[in-house]
Amino acid sequence: MAATLTILIDGLTYASWLFIVALGLTLVFGVLKILNIAHGSFYALGAYAAASFVGWTASMKWAPELSLVAMLLAAVAVAAIVAPLTERGLMRFFYGRDEVLLVLVTYAMFLIMEDVTKLVWGANPYYVSEPYSLFGNIDIGVQTYVGYDFALVALALIVGLAVWWGLNRTRSGKIVLAVIHSAEIAASMGVNVSRVYMGAFSVGIFLAALGGAFTAPMISVQPGVSVGVIIVSFAVVIIGGLGSIEGAAVGALIVGMARSLAVHVAPVTELFSVYVVMAIVLMFRPEGLFQRIQARKI
Amino acid sequence: MIQTETAVGHGRTVALGLAAFVLLALAGLAMPKWLTFLLTMAAANGLVSLGIVGLMRGGVVPFGQGMMLALGGYAAALAFNKLGVTDALLLALGGGVVATLAAAPFAPLLSRYRGIFFAMLTLALSMVTYGLLMKLSALGGSDGFNLGRPTLFGQVLADAWVGYTLYVLTIALATVMALLARVYFDSTRGLVTLAVRENELRVEYLGGSVRQAMTINFILAAFCGGLGGALAVMSLGHVEPTFSFWTTSGEFVFVAILAGWQSVAAVFIASTVLEVVRSFSSAYFPNTWQLALGLFLLFVIRFLPKGIGSLWMRGSTR
Repeated sequence: MAATLTILIDGLTYASWLFIVALGLTLVFGVLKILNIAHGSFYALGAYAAASFVGWTASMKWAPELSLVAMLLAAVAVAAIVAPLTERGLMRFFYGRDEVLLVLVTYAMFLIMEDVTKLVWGANPYYVSEPYSLFGNIDIGVQTYVGYDFALVALALIVGLAVWWGLNRTRSGKIVLAVIHSAEIAASMGVNVSRVYMGAFSVGIFLAALGGAFTAPMISVQPGVSVGVIIVSFAVVIIGGLGSIEGAAVGALIVGMARSLAVHVAPVTELFSVYVVMAIVLMFRPEGLFQRIQARKI
Repeated sequence: MIQTETAVGHGRTVALGLAAFVLLALAGLAMPKWLTFLLTMAAANGLVSLGIVGLMRGGVVPFGQGMMLALGGYAAALAFNKLGVTDALLLALGGGVVATLAAAPFAPLLSRYRGIFFAMLTLALSMVTYGLLMKLSALGGSDGFNLGRPTLFGQVLADAWVGYTLYVLTIALATVMALLARVYFDSTRGLVTLAVRENELRVEYLGGSVRQAMTINFILAAFCGGLGGALAVMSLGHVEPTFSFWTTSGEFVFVAILAGWQSVAAVFIASTVLEVVRSFSSAYFPNTWQLALGLFLLFVIRFLPKGIGSLWMRGSTR
């Protein structure tokens, strides 16, 4: 019983940050039709920026609670600086090209950002442990869990609801949905499509950076964090269906639980359990669990 | 798509290929060791990318071809260490055959997928292979394992000649595969593949089988990848799970994109370019070589979308 609970809670924690990251990925795909390999690099940027920002708040002797604000600001800063640079400076030259070619453009971006982060932050690991103890510990049965993990679950819920509400209940959200449906018709109705692209791309980067910033306290931030995250978040959006918010949530839960089950029950399978699930879903529902099947274009 | 390449054209291609092989083999005698090693790796890796180009002609890009490299590499290394097979040619062909056999069951399944779904499914398969190889302690886990010096046709290779012999073997096999690839690309099925890229439905209406073409291309790509993997591992003397990691596959795709799908020779030129960039930048700018690679890739996609092969293949395929 205790073991089952541990598996569930571990899976839920893993799923929560993964959901935040994958939500950004699925949003960018939904609007811009780009499967962004560099998404993991934005995650890494968020984690590094959080390390620097939290470091500053600590050196200023500010209250430890402010480190949470610092992490949020780190994600905002990454989105505000990187989104205009990459979207206006690079991606817009490739819109409308083949989807696989766009994957390669983002692969190039990933290669570039790997070295840029190394140049800015060096190759040594950073540790951001301060915020991790902010929420204390919670005892459930015989096990003790870290409160921060539960805070992360709450954050994921808030982010998910906010994005859902923003897309479905606001005017600008409706405009985004119109662009997703058909960019051409939306443009002819007077929608500024490039502004929508820019906005969606910025929100996508923000979500990646937010995921990175809030997982920074749980990991050591070092070169290579981006590489693992990309493929796992790909697995999430592929399982759930590209471009679907519900899909990202369910995909994150499935991946989180699969990984947690693997870690606790059969550690040998930890490294590939997620990809086995992804391969199985692709085999039986290539469009993902939450994607309507599209008619083939002639 | 109109084929203008004729039997005469192939005669010229074969002559050019053989001439290139003889020139490279002779030049190898005068080359420093690091250069023959670099060209060996370029030719071996080029074989993997050749398989990707074969698939790209049909409009799909696999993002897990590192799996074939790993399958071929591990098969050759295991055959050497456990079965006592030491002949380099046998090991190379064995690597190709094992990769083919391992990939064949997935080929009919993969032939149904297109675009990013094809890329993602191949990626998932290669990452499963990576995870398995990392965890199998019998195969050395994350460290991989070493293999000794192979022989060739029963001859023990002396210290001074082992590098050169493997170099000649690798470029010989690469030449053979390159020529066979050219013949295949210009055959009926090869042209059906090109037509699939343009319009699948029309191919089906005209009586061609899209899935059959895709299945065969995937199996051929597996053979090329396995062959390249076995050759690379023999020169490296070492095999490890990162062969199957997605970033390795990414480099092969990089070479395939740089080469474009028109010219076979371009694949090996692009592969050499990558090896040169890799060795020089990791020696002189160890922290910015991926940056250089990324900028280069963007440049190619933006200004040479059909790859370097399009620079000299303009006339032959429209």
